[in-house]
Amino acid sequence: MSENITTLTDATFNEVIGASDKPVLVDFWAEWCGPCKMIAPILEELAVEQADKFAIAKLDVDVNVATATQYSVMSIPTLLLFKNGEVVARLVGAKPKGALLQEITASL
Amino acid sequence: MTHTRVLIIGSGPSGLTAAIYTARAQLNPIVIEGEPSSTTDQPGGQLMLTTEIENFPGFPEAITGPELMANMRAQAARFGADLRVTKVQKLDTTVRPFRAWLTDDVEPSITADTVILATGARSLMMGIPGEERLLSHGLSTCATCDGFFFRGQDIAVVGGGDSAMEEALFLTRFASSVTVVHRRDTLRASKIMQERAFANEKIRFAWNSQPVEVLGDDRVSGMRLRDTLTGEERTLDVTGIFVAIGHVPNTSLVTNDVELEEGGYVRTGPGSYTSIDGLFAAGDVQDHVYRQAITSAGSGCIAAIDAERWLEAQGL
Repeated sequence: MSENITTLTDATFNEVIGASDKPVLVDFWAEWCGPCKMIAPILEELAVEQADKFAIAKLDVDVNVATATQYSVMSIPTLLLFKNGEVVARLVGAKPKGALLQEITASL
Repeated sequence: MTHTRVLIIGSGPSGLTAAIYTARAQLNPIVIEGEPSSTTDQPGGQLMLTTEIENFPGFPEAITGPELMANMRAQAARFGADLRVTKVQKLDTTVRPFRAWLTDDVEPSITADTVILATGARSLMMGIPGEERLLSHGLSTCATCDGFFFRGQDIAVVGGGDSAMEEALFLTRFASSVTVVHRRDTLRASKIMQERAFANEKIRFAWNSQPVEVLGDDRVSGMRLRDTLTGEERTLDVTGIFVAIGHVPNTSLVTNDVELEEGGYVRTGPGSYTSIDGLFAAGDVQDHVYRQAITSAGSGCIAAIDAERWLEAQGL
């Protein structure tokens, strides 16, 4: 696990998202999800390359069911972009780095 | 532009086995792995969307699909295969060496003496109203990715083959009921999978049922089914639908040039030889009969040996 990506839990989610002065991209993932593993290295890269534009955090849906349910996550990986505590973009499914960055940047 | 003796397109069991063999034969293969996706062409292939693999020899306690593929990839990398997470946009097999484009540039990115096509197959969709709109909103092609979100719900699996039974059985871990929707009155699945499905109390069957529409506003609320014998329609109330009705081969790179079989699979034989000299095919792109991880890996090995001997014979 990279030190550039914050691990969120049901208990810390609201606090961390609320306190962030930058937009936060949250990766809803689980250990048993192949496509989640495919995008994990991309997110590690983006966390470094885009650090001045947005922060990245991840939430394991397996043990944090409440938050996943609250945001109606029904398929993983799901990436939610939070700006001022509100969801401004929802990206579902694994995608190449360029496509992910483009969709994120469009909503920043 | 890079030149290689062996270009492998695809990184499922066939592509990575071909990579291990050609790398060990000092042919310095380049492997174009594909790009992250939840549906098709993903690095690691279709096994990335599965859970336990119980029938791959050498793993008596089973291994997960993603783990098995990570192992194969590491093994190919260890022998020096040049693995690249990207996609081939275009392939030209009409000139020698073959040319492959990874970008939109005019100039090809790679020239190759041989190409091993291991692009696999992707899930067929039903092609009915509501399906595309509700994909990822209760409709899914990946039980292992999305099953978790259907705890305590009534859901359906469409299909009658091994993949459909596997998904149905897996989904009983979460769902309160799983209805297998199948257009015939018998299953195509293997005996062992049928027996497991019939023995599972949570699994029900909707026989002779053809899905005609996926229902729901912003998430799945049900499915319209037509009885294939009487033509009568009814609604099945489910909040999740998993589609496992079969596969189509990923042949778009070669469709215009290479000889295909009925069903669109690349024709091979003897071994992995295709109708184009120097182009070899392995795995699900040329196999609609066996379609197993182990047969796919075996055919990747065949393609590697065929390519190696072909290069030798050409003095390349």
